[in-house]
Amino acid sequence: MKARIHVYLKPGVLDPQGAAVAGALKNLGFNEVESARQGKLIELDLTGDDADAAKARVEDMCQKLLANPVIENFSIEMA
Amino acid sequence: MKSAVIVFPGSNCDRDAAMAIEKVTGAAPAMVWHQETELPEGTDFVMLPGGFSYGDYLRCGAMAGVSHIIPAVKAHAEAGKPVLGVCNGFQILIETGLLPGALMRNASLHFVCEKAPLRVENANTQFTSGYSTNREIVIPIAHHDGNYFADDETLNALEGDGRVLFRYASNPNGSARDIAGIANERGNVMGMMPHPERAIDADHGGTDGLALFESLLGSA
Repeated sequence: MKARIHVYLKPGVLDPQGAAVAGALKNLGFNEVESARQGKLIELDLTGDDADAAKARVEDMCQKLLANPVIENFSIEMA
Repeated sequence: MKSAVIVFPGSNCDRDAAMAIEKVTGAAPAMVWHQETELPEGTDFVMLPGGFSYGDYLRCGAMAGVSHIIPAVKAHAEAGKPVLGVCNGFQILIETGLLPGALMRNASLHFVCEKAPLRVENANTQFTSGYSTNREIVIPIAHHDGNYFADDETLNALEGDGRVLFRYASNPNGSARDIAGIANERGNVMGMMPHPERAIDADHGGTDGLALFESLLGSA
């Protein structure tokens, strides 16, 4: 079983890296880019076959390590 | 006063920290590897040094914040004994939840390495009693992720309680309200991005950091 975790900055938290990416895209002529936000994608390979139980464990992993709840939100996809 | 410096893979200010502590107390601190699960018996003061623990993987301080020695550091803090985190040590204290907020990428995106003028905001603490409030001091900074962030409620609480101990005179990294160093509610855990241990010798970067160690550890 795989878990795919997206970790991204909360709305309102300044993202200087995203702003730099947006600036670089504009420099390349992609003027339609209004803004960019940069996050992380983490993939886990998991043992077991109970997706609900696994998802609850992954949520715990996010709270304890993978995301910083002060500045980041996360979402989990099981596959 | 028995001191301990925690050493993580990627710490690079651990020996500077030990030098500063030894200079002030006359006694070398115990160097405690992160895989230990206990502090040496009778440890009074714990310092988490600067560096790039675990290569800053995931988030600065995140991996170190869950390493084996951390429960002992937390227990030490919960017993009311002093803990100081400098630079990466500050990031680690934040990741463990011993201090509030977050330290994000510098607003400029640049690594900053310079002498930073700071203002002592509260000299009425065990970490700063050797200074006077509003005194301006110069302490080196060297970091990429020192942009202090917290919600307004947390920032107001920090300021209201006098827990902002140092503020940048000229904000180098985008930190909220120019914050350079903060303490926890109980006043026994302190974190700061600037490096006081690099300012203890007139021949190397000045001596403005010495008073911090003297405040805490008493002069030799």
